[in-house]
Amino acid sequence: MTSQGEIHLVHLYPREMSIYGDLGNTRCLASRIRRHGYDCVVHDHHPGMPFPETAHLLVGGGGQDSGQTRVEEDLRVIGPRLRSLAAEGAAMLMICGMYQMFGHTFITHDGVEVEGLGILDVTTRGQSRRMIGGVVLETAWGQVVGFENHSGATVLGSGQEAFGTVTVGHGNDGSSGTEGARAANVIGSYLHGPLLPANPAVADALIAAAVERATGRAFEPGGLDDSLATEARTRQIARLLRR
Amino acid sequence: MLRTTAAIVAGKAARLAARRRGGGGSAFPGLVAERVDPRFLAHTLSRLPDGIVVVSGTNGKTTTTKMLAAVIAAHGKKVFTNPTGSNFTRGVISSMLPEIPVSGRLDADIAVLELDEWHALQFAAVVAPTHALLLNVARDQLDRFAEIDTTAKLLAQLAAKTTQCVVLNRDDSFVAKIAADVADRDVRYFGTDPQAADRVPALQEADVRSSDDFTPPHPTPRDGLLHPHDARSFSVRFGEQILGGATLQQRGLAAMINATAAVTMAKAVLGESFHKGIAAAALREVAPPFGRGEVIDADGAPLELVLVKNPAGFTVALDTYGDEPVTTMIAINDDYADGQDVSWLYDVSFASLRQSGVALVSGVRAYDMALRLDYDDVAVTEIELDLDAALGRLLTAYAGRPTRIFCTYTAMMALRRTLAARFGLPDFGEEGA
Repeated sequence: MTSQGEIHLVHLYPREMSIYGDLGNTRCLASRIRRHGYDCVVHDHHPGMPFPETAHLLVGGGGQDSGQTRVEEDLRVIGPRLRSLAAEGAAMLMICGMYQMFGHTFITHDGVEVEGLGILDVTTRGQSRRMIGGVVLETAWGQVVGFENHSGATVLGSGQEAFGTVTVGHGNDGSSGTEGARAANVIGSYLHGPLLPANPAVADALIAAAVERATGRAFEPGGLDDSLATEARTRQIARLLRR
Repeated sequence: MLRTTAAIVAGKAARLAARRRGGGGSAFPGLVAERVDPRFLAHTLSRLPDGIVVVSGTNGKTTTTKMLAAVIAAHGKKVFTNPTGSNFTRGVISSMLPEIPVSGRLDADIAVLELDEWHALQFAAVVAPTHALLLNVARDQLDRFAEIDTTAKLLAQLAAKTTQCVVLNRDDSFVAKIAADVADRDVRYFGTDPQAADRVPALQEADVRSSDDFTPPHPTPRDGLLHPHDARSFSVRFGEQILGGATLQQRGLAAMINATAAVTMAKAVLGESFHKGIAAAALREVAPPFGRGEVIDADGAPLELVLVKNPAGFTVALDTYGDEPVTTMIAINDDYADGQDVSWLYDVSFASLRQSGVALVSGVRAYDMALRLDYDDVAVTEIELDLDAALGRLLTAYAGRPTRIFCTYTAMMALRRTLAARFGLPDFGEEGA
């Protein structure tokens, strides 16, 4: 089968910001891109490295507070590039710590203010209480299931769309009923699980945006068998709804 | 003291009741005793002449504790230990109950206790350990401990509460740097010799350690360094003194590192009376703890039960067993003791299973596991959520063939119980008795 095009996937800080199995999102995207009949080039971006010349799809994950400190300096360097990529329509999935860094500000529990990239109109404040547990959301791509584990409470700006509304779990801040944020092709979320393998509709939405950007043509899905993902997702949703 | 006596009586009664009902959690009698006397542990343990050794860290606690207890006991000491892998304080009390008379005086020279990071600290708040053996810090149950840094801090606090001697892993920077906090204590290290060091990163998750960390000092004759020879035999070097030709019943580098940790601590505890020949002979006799590489005779065919609970542990298990492909089952539960977030399965590469595939996937998160394997192009023959049904299927459809089950904690406990009933194995509580 001839390739329908080449997608460049960039995993931001796989060492520092990939603590809760976020690598699974990268594995899932790369594998689905290939199964859909496209080529996938995966770039690991580490702090201090030059940013890849071509980037259609970006993934970032959660880290420990110490990991977050280590990537802040690099984010200042590559920040302008990330902002222009987002504005041009590159697809991005930022989980947990990287979701927070894609917002305006992160205020730590001790009151230290960390400047974010401002790609998503959100502000996060560190709390003493951690929000931990299974999550079920309603999203533009149907029901989504995952697991949250964060102490930051995130507030959306007035015009900022959420990634989903919370059916089970805490979501952004435990009170607003919103989870994550979404702007153009950028998704920010607290959901681990990891998010994409059990929610392939979200994965394919990101891939579709990346394909259009890479090839200039509409995404032509390969008709993948997602029965395992469907079973995993629906069974976990049913368990969480029963609790 | 009267309160402790009451607690012992209540705990013993609870233990008897739990056994009559046919099992029950191993922690239940301990819970009863603890309720009656919150200072139960302090009263019963504080009078042991050779002290209290606590073994903690993410991976290898049960195996290392068993090895350490065996080596010390082989030197003629009466050792109290918690051999069932119930590494919460209540589990310790539960295992103590059958061994103490109502007077409350535990008949032992020394206690060697396995405690998870959080419970080790709870324990130390009641009874200060004389010795602490700190194994490693890895991603494990992040939904409980939240962050690896937090886990490392728990171990540092445990070390700070330890009165005499702290033994640290040289190769784990999170653990090694604890030395700076306990400079006035007897600090010793265990680790691998540089010739084996290229195999260490898989065990140590180098990706989450920062580069500017503490460098341990040059090894002294008090520090044990592992020299592996093959899958089961190795020596441990203490300066010029070499404990040579040791062999283990468990396979793999992880078990040898545990043995190195155990002999380094045994040498610290026993001092001049430590004898390397006695230590090597004791290690040879240590059977793998329940479900941790334990081999069960299933009607003439070997069935290996391998506990996996975090990425480092699963990676090491696949690395240890991967070169001998056998019929494989994987059972994943997501109870509190397993870790409720199954994300960690994506930090393990299952490529080594690609060639032979996986016969059965089971447990409450079986479909998540099957999905994970699908993304690594590993074929799964059958998915059966019910553990007993899956085990029955494995034993009939693959009868006579060697099999191996990788399982999370509660899945292991359930499978072990069924296997014990079917093949007449000893119960958990009776191990080593």
